[in-house]
Amino acid sequence: MIETHLLTLLIFSPLLALLPLILFPSSQERTMKGAVLALSLIPLGLGVTLFVRYYGTGGFEFQEIIPWFQGYQIYYRLGVDGFSMPLMVLTSLLVPLVILSSWTSVHQQLRGYLALFIFLEVGMMGVFASLDLFLFYVFWEAQLIPMYFLIGKWGGERRIYASIKFVLYTMVGSLLMLAAIMYLYYAGGKSLSFEDLLSLNLPLNTQYVLFSAFALAFAIKVPLFPFHTWLPDAHVEAPTGGSVILAGILLKMGTYGLVRFAFTLFPRAAVDFIPLLQILAVIGIVYGSLVAMVQPDIKKLVAYTSVAHLGFVVLGFCSLTHQGVAGANLQSLNHGISTGALFFLVGMIYERRHTRLISEYGGLASVMPLFAVLFLIVTFSSIALPTTNGFVGEFLILLGSYKSQPLFTAIAASGVILGAVAMLWMVKRVFFGAVTSEKNKALLDLNPREITVMVPLIILIFVIGLAPGLILKKTELTVTKFVQRFQALENQ
Amino acid sequence: MQNLLLGIPISTVVFLIPLLPFLGACFNGLVALMCRSGKAPVPKPLVTLVAVMMPVLAFALTVWLFFFAKDPATGFTTPPLWNWIAVDDFIAGISFKIDRLSLVMGLIITGVGSLIHIYSTGYMSHDAGYARYFTFLNLFLFAMLILVFAGNLPLMFVGWEGVGMCSYFLIGFWFEDPQKASAGKKAFIVNRVGDFGFLLAMFLIYKTLSQKGLTPGLGFLSFDTLERFRGDLFLVATPICLLLFVGAMGKSAQIPLYVWLPDAMAGPTPVSALIHAATMVTAGVYMIARLHFLYTLSPVAMEFVATIGVSTALFAALIAVVQSDIKKVLAYSTVSQLGFMFYAVGVGSFSAGIFHLMTHAFFKACLFLGSGSVIHGLHGEQNVWKMGGLKSKMPITAWTFGLSVLAIAGMFPFAGFFSKDAILFHGYVLGPRVLWVMGFLTAGLTAFYMTRVFALTFLGQPRDHHLHDHAHESPFSMTFALIVLAILAVVGGWVGVPESLHGNDLFFRWFAPLFPYQEFYEKIEHAGRGTELTLSFVTLLWAFHCALLAFVLYSQKLNIAKNLALKCPRVHQLLENKFYVDEIYQTLIVNPLGWVSDKVLWKFTDQKVIDSLFVEGTAQTMSLAGRTLSLLQSGAVQMYAILFAIGGLLLIAYFVL
Repeated sequence: MIETHLLTLLIFSPLLALLPLILFPSSQERTMKGAVLALSLIPLGLGVTLFVRYYGTGGFEFQEIIPWFQGYQIYYRLGVDGFSMPLMVLTSLLVPLVILSSWTSVHQQLRGYLALFIFLEVGMMGVFASLDLFLFYVFWEAQLIPMYFLIGKWGGERRIYASIKFVLYTMVGSLLMLAAIMYLYYAGGKSLSFEDLLSLNLPLNTQYVLFSAFALAFAIKVPLFPFHTWLPDAHVEAPTGGSVILAGILLKMGTYGLVRFAFTLFPRAAVDFIPLLQILAVIGIVYGSLVAMVQPDIKKLVAYTSVAHLGFVVLGFCSLTHQGVAGANLQSLNHGISTGALFFLVGMIYERRHTRLISEYGGLASVMPLFAVLFLIVTFSSIALPTTNGFVGEFLILLGSYKSQPLFTAIAASGVILGAVAMLWMVKRVFFGAVTSEKNKALLDLNPREITVMVPLIILIFVIGLAPGLILKKTELTVTKFVQRFQALENQ
Repeated sequence: MQNLLLGIPISTVVFLIPLLPFLGACFNGLVALMCRSGKAPVPKPLVTLVAVMMPVLAFALTVWLFFFAKDPATGFTTPPLWNWIAVDDFIAGISFKIDRLSLVMGLIITGVGSLIHIYSTGYMSHDAGYARYFTFLNLFLFAMLILVFAGNLPLMFVGWEGVGMCSYFLIGFWFEDPQKASAGKKAFIVNRVGDFGFLLAMFLIYKTLSQKGLTPGLGFLSFDTLERFRGDLFLVATPICLLLFVGAMGKSAQIPLYVWLPDAMAGPTPVSALIHAATMVTAGVYMIARLHFLYTLSPVAMEFVATIGVSTALFAALIAVVQSDIKKVLAYSTVSQLGFMFYAVGVGSFSAGIFHLMTHAFFKACLFLGSGSVIHGLHGEQNVWKMGGLKSKMPITAWTFGLSVLAIAGMFPFAGFFSKDAILFHGYVLGPRVLWVMGFLTAGLTAFYMTRVFALTFLGQPRDHHLHDHAHESPFSMTFALIVLAILAVVGGWVGVPESLHGNDLFFRWFAPLFPYQEFYEKIEHAGRGTELTLSFVTLLWAFHCALLAFVLYSQKLNIAKNLALKCPRVHQLLENKFYVDEIYQTLIVNPLGWVSDKVLWKFTDQKVIDSLFVEGTAQTMSLAGRTLSLLQSGAVQMYAILFAIGGLLLIAYFVL
């Protein structure tokens, strides 16, 4: 039973956590939070099951097909492969951590806040599991709404500006994608099932148009330079949990969409557009790191390093080599772990001091040693030090990308230096030196709840850093299939 | 390998060597964190026991391995513990390369490392971060051992960046001082610049071999496979070697990436001795010796290495002559000596490079620890002009320091004599003459500035009586390490006494199977013992007179020395300010990069062009269009009627006309 409907269960089981939100009165807030947290562990358990049971055949596993709009050949069709499985598992892990992290930081409308995350989880899971473009689009739009409210209601001072910017940017892309989906439906045998679309042989010009529409929608989501300016604003204004999910999962929907749909459905157009994407990715890497360096706000700094990191991911996928694609796929996961962890940590210090300005801090290492240690571990993962997950991902991306594009890769590799400058300079100003501000002298170190939030992420950083094979093996055949599709194209 | 230790195959036992310090680091790290969080006192004896025992055990194990795995001479590669990264035909496993080269390095690292751990128990005894200090020191040994034992380039890179990280934390150990924290950051970033080259070299090797469709075996980047396929890398050998050397420039502080090392003296002195003199900074030399089979493919790269090496040697020695901070002198001296090692490997004399690496580890560690003992005894004073006459107060420190000065100055028969002699002889025979002249000059300068420091610190009259009166000799834990290292600084070179001096050239013969270059040995043989003898005699005389000059100037005729500086202020200032290299980097690279990022990229491109012009511009155009159109929707029925009428008329007109 669980096996055959694992994906449906993963998508909709988060809704169980709505029950305590309805059942418990406000006076029993603690119990309610506990119940929500406990119920959010169910999707996590299912996620772990998915990881363990996922075989890695390279094809879609755990498929489910239920007719939906029968007259229109639209199906409720699910399935996962090596590109979607890790992201679904990551989603199931991050949501409970987000709930735990908001224990004391959210005071107003806690019910609404938690409910939105539950809906968000449904949307995200659905995006990764859908194998029918119609269903995909429904989930894609559905997850937009909770995020809009999360930023707009629980955000910082400029939350309205940030949330509208976020929605408008994404909507522009989504509308183009919708138009492309509709065109595909009528052009290609009136089916939106992924497998049917794969066998379509569209003329090159049509492929160009459709690829552009899809790629633009996803490029905004990634975000690729120059579509990135919504991200720093959204991150800065979003509450901690929002930032974590935004960086950890939502951005990955962009890179995931690129590989799953834009590249796979329109391979000929993709090959011609790849140089452009590579240039944008390389610019994003250098530009993001440089701009990150001069940010006065910690969250903005991390947001800009995200632009650089996602540039690496796109570069890896664009390489169309085994190592590049496998590395990019792994790095999607890694970025979710490391940057998610960074946003959690920034949230913890924000809760204490209510400022994110670097200049307000200094010398925190002597006041909060444990916090400093964890922050440094995550920092080193973010700047790709060997034995952390970040290194394996970036190394494989650059290694694979070097095969196809040595020059771009060399420029991108300089991001390894610039990223370190940005992060370590911030670390130096926040953690080292004497404690200058009176307000920082009495700060308390992390409490057990906060440590619990961080422990799983820290463990993953090292496990993936030392034994990436655990994941690479599961995704290997998917990557091979993807790469071979393009190799076959070349040989024609 | 059939050999067993307690029933465990030797290829598994070797992994214990780095594992031991790693366990020590984990233990002390936990202790440090728990004590900080709970504000409990640090259980010092326990911390000390674990911290010191782990390196000593690792040393014992390495010694055992050294005598055990001597044969076959070319060593062996262990099967991987597990495949670390494996995608398609790229494989990098956790496997070790055990041969004479890595074992000698292992001995130096664990041996000198153990001594410095012991010394540190005295030096750091009053520090609040005692457990934290040993955490990083043990962790450093772990990373350094991974670096030298690694059987492939990616694993070596793990150690390579790992030692960089430990160095970052240890330089900035006293992080409350923002300058010290900055020095750590600078070290890490400059090293990252070098690592960029290392990474690209790995990519280029992999790409070349993968495209030839060869079978990877243990992986294209494993040393065994590389050596087997070296012929296939012939065409790209020069870029590969140059890129790898960029990595070495960073790690081993060569021009133009040496700038981090003098600043790194901000760390505790034993750290400077271990990381920034004896072990980590020599990693570049080791890497080139390890990849000798690639470097010998590219004469261009070799010559480049030799030129950079000897230029750095001379350049840094010039700066060292006028520095007044005792640790800064030693730092520039290290940069200079590393240049010597690169000179050696650059001309193809890999054994001489490693030989000097070893002797240098002994005497430079001793010198640094000696300076640490002085600083400890003077409660933190580092300016040599405030010292003087310390010989009577700190006899053991003075004697051990003195012996090491003789060794580094290349006096017969101390350790430095033999290694420097070998380098200059091989350089003379194999390399361009101009490089040899530069090396020769450096040898004299080295003798000069080291004697200067010794004379200013220990000889003559005390110049600051208050400091002098409170000076004291260091405790036994510290002097013990000094004595052992001083003995090694004296006898350490005796394993390589050349045949021209009726020695048996043991070190070189022993390494010969590893570097099988017939041409090299023939050229050396051809040059003859007479040349070698003459050269070493001339060098010895030159160094001796330089040392004598410094001795007279700085212990007796201090006024002349001071006047000399006043007479040529320009030169003196130029040297004292280290040729203004830091300032040049600041103005040419750091500041422009910051300005461009802030003003051009962020505040202009991001905020003005993308956000204001495009994003908000689009929004405003939309809203303007909306407002214009909404004017039509006034709600006045009469207006609609007029518009309707006009529309109707236009339609009729269209159809009629």
